[in-house]
Amino acid sequence: MSILVNKDTKVLVQGLTGKTGTFHTEQALAYYGTKMVGGTHPKKGGETWSSGVDGTELPIFTSVAEGKAKTGANASVIYVPPAGAAAAIEEAIDAEIPLIVCITEGVPVLDMVRVKAKLEKSKSRLIGPNCPGVLTPEECKIGIMPGSIFSKGSVGIVSRSGTLTYEAVFQTTNEGLGQTTAVGIGGDPVKGTEFIDMLEMFLADEATKSIIMIGEIGGSAEEDAAQFLIDEAKRGRKKPMAGFIAGLTAPKGRTMGHAGAVISGGKGGAEDKIAAMEAAGIRMSKSPARIGRTLAEVLKG
Amino acid sequence: MNIHEHQAKELLKSYGAPVAAGVAIFSADEAEAAAKSLPGPLYVVKSQIHAGGRGKGKFKELGPDAKGGVRLAKTIDDVVAFSKEMLGNTLVTKQTGDAGKQVNRLYIEDGADIARELYCSLLVNRESGRVSFVVSTEGGMDIEAVAEHTPEKIITVDIDPTAGVTEADVAKIVSALALEGDAKADAAKLFPILYKAFVETDMSLLEVNPLIVMTDGHLRVLDAKVSFDNNAAFRHEELKSLRDLSEEDAKEIEASKFDLAYVALDGNIGCMVNGAGLAMSTMDIIKLYGAEPANFLDVGGGASKEKVTAAFKIITADPAVKGILVNIFGGIMRCDVIAEGVIAAVKEVGLQVPLVVRLEGTNVKEGKAILNESGLNVISADDLDDAAQKIVKAVQG
Repeated sequence: MSILVNKDTKVLVQGLTGKTGTFHTEQALAYYGTKMVGGTHPKKGGETWSSGVDGTELPIFTSVAEGKAKTGANASVIYVPPAGAAAAIEEAIDAEIPLIVCITEGVPVLDMVRVKAKLEKSKSRLIGPNCPGVLTPEECKIGIMPGSIFSKGSVGIVSRSGTLTYEAVFQTTNEGLGQTTAVGIGGDPVKGTEFIDMLEMFLADEATKSIIMIGEIGGSAEEDAAQFLIDEAKRGRKKPMAGFIAGLTAPKGRTMGHAGAVISGGKGGAEDKIAAMEAAGIRMSKSPARIGRTLAEVLKG
Repeated sequence: MNIHEHQAKELLKSYGAPVAAGVAIFSADEAEAAAKSLPGPLYVVKSQIHAGGRGKGKFKELGPDAKGGVRLAKTIDDVVAFSKEMLGNTLVTKQTGDAGKQVNRLYIEDGADIARELYCSLLVNRESGRVSFVVSTEGGMDIEAVAEHTPEKIITVDIDPTAGVTEADVAKIVSALALEGDAKADAAKLFPILYKAFVETDMSLLEVNPLIVMTDGHLRVLDAKVSFDNNAAFRHEELKSLRDLSEEDAKEIEASKFDLAYVALDGNIGCMVNGAGLAMSTMDIIKLYGAEPANFLDVGGGASKEKVTAAFKIITADPAVKGILVNIFGGIMRCDVIAEGVIAAVKEVGLQVPLVVRLEGTNVKEGKAILNESGLNVISADDLDDAAQKIVKAVQG
């Protein structure tokens, strides 16, 4: 089992014809044959994309709706540049794609405010933007995570940071634990999916025996998630967890790369988040290099 | 991007917001003419720097009893005298740090008769995913203190992006601020105006503190602080001229030319990392092992060789840097691209300090091979713990 994606997920690529879209589609095809079913481009509909690695060909459609109708796609991944990313998400929402993953970094925040309002009334789930995507080992890779560091296993991983997701994946692989699914929810202040939704799915997923949650400074999503975990534990739903928060040494008021990573108005500091997560029973790792080891220690009891 | 108060007010004025008449000046010679162009009899001389707390701030070069960074002048002679005293000197406020900021421009503004001081800001509310008005009757003071001691006095009103500011939204704000008569009538116009300006120019923050009710019963924007969303800069050519480079760190300006996320810090270990979370963690782990990072630097997802070279040059140009840690976990970023960029930069600018490189992820074998075959004196590390310990040891000896 897994969450969000599996071997039956059919993925359409918005922005396939660009350099980034091409590179990562080649990588996805090479990863246990992830079912990439086509791409979209408003002016290149009817053309064919071919992989520079092994010549695999994919059809290009004029729109997401056309692509979905002709391929049965139930997911889309977006590699469109920032100026057009919100419109690409909206097109996928209109086509009622169930899972939309937006990798694009640098989407204007007010575009995301507009998208979020549309999303709330829709049938779609959006992961991202500014995220590394979703990967279920040996089944499906959507996005830019390096497949080579994964192994099939029992840990569910959710993170606001792309590269820290990789750290957690790599470390749990090295510990022999492996992953059910890893999800990068993205580093923007307004995004499609927050921690709580993913924690809910991991708690419900039988194959997921333990969870790693990685947050960073800014906002209060970690505190909200901690409260959710406390409430769920009272209802008897609980899984062993390890966690990490990035930005303990970040200066206040400065945006640290991610648009959402900023301590402002006296809120969003790392100490508060670490305390909230510890109070929810999550064992917090002090070092980003020891997240996997920390979880292994929790599991040993 | 942050802008000065006088620029923010001019922008809001162009949308129809009520602001006082005022003139920005860059030298004391301009002070008299500026004051004469205003109605009087009261004038306010305001330091223009990108930091709050100016009124209570102190000038480094003047005595502790000297007046602050915002001064009330009752005559034109006072305006001139204040301008001479303030321009070119360094203002230290709660937000500037001990170094302070040099005051290079002043805003000479018409004085106002204040009946009440209110607080109003617009921001992107991450919890609701909406643009929100945050208002309070406790204006003119530090809003963080109000939030801490009397949070019930702060009211948040979320705006639906499809509907905009509705009459019901205005009614909530009016009630929260207890506005009556002319002020209430002004509010019906002002709050939609502020929202329109916010959305159309892609602001990330608009803070009016204070928003005042004057003794004549009308509303006026007395101070204005505006930040724009850098991600939306591509669609706002018209705002580019508002940027004041003298308010920014030289290394950060250089980094922004290459679209690198860079924040200068006080330590001596330069960091080049991909991904904001990993870059922050790299700073954290350096500190965990007893040293201090010289910077935050995220080379981003799809960096080119040129971008990596530029990043490396910015780090090595900082005289405080006594060692460099390159930490890359490649997803979208390929390790071979990083390796080539590092080598190109070292060939161009040389390498005077220890360099620890940790590579992992996409094309890691190719990346490591490129570094090994380069003949450069690179200390390679297996993981982040190892990398941090090696660079701290190399710097501390």
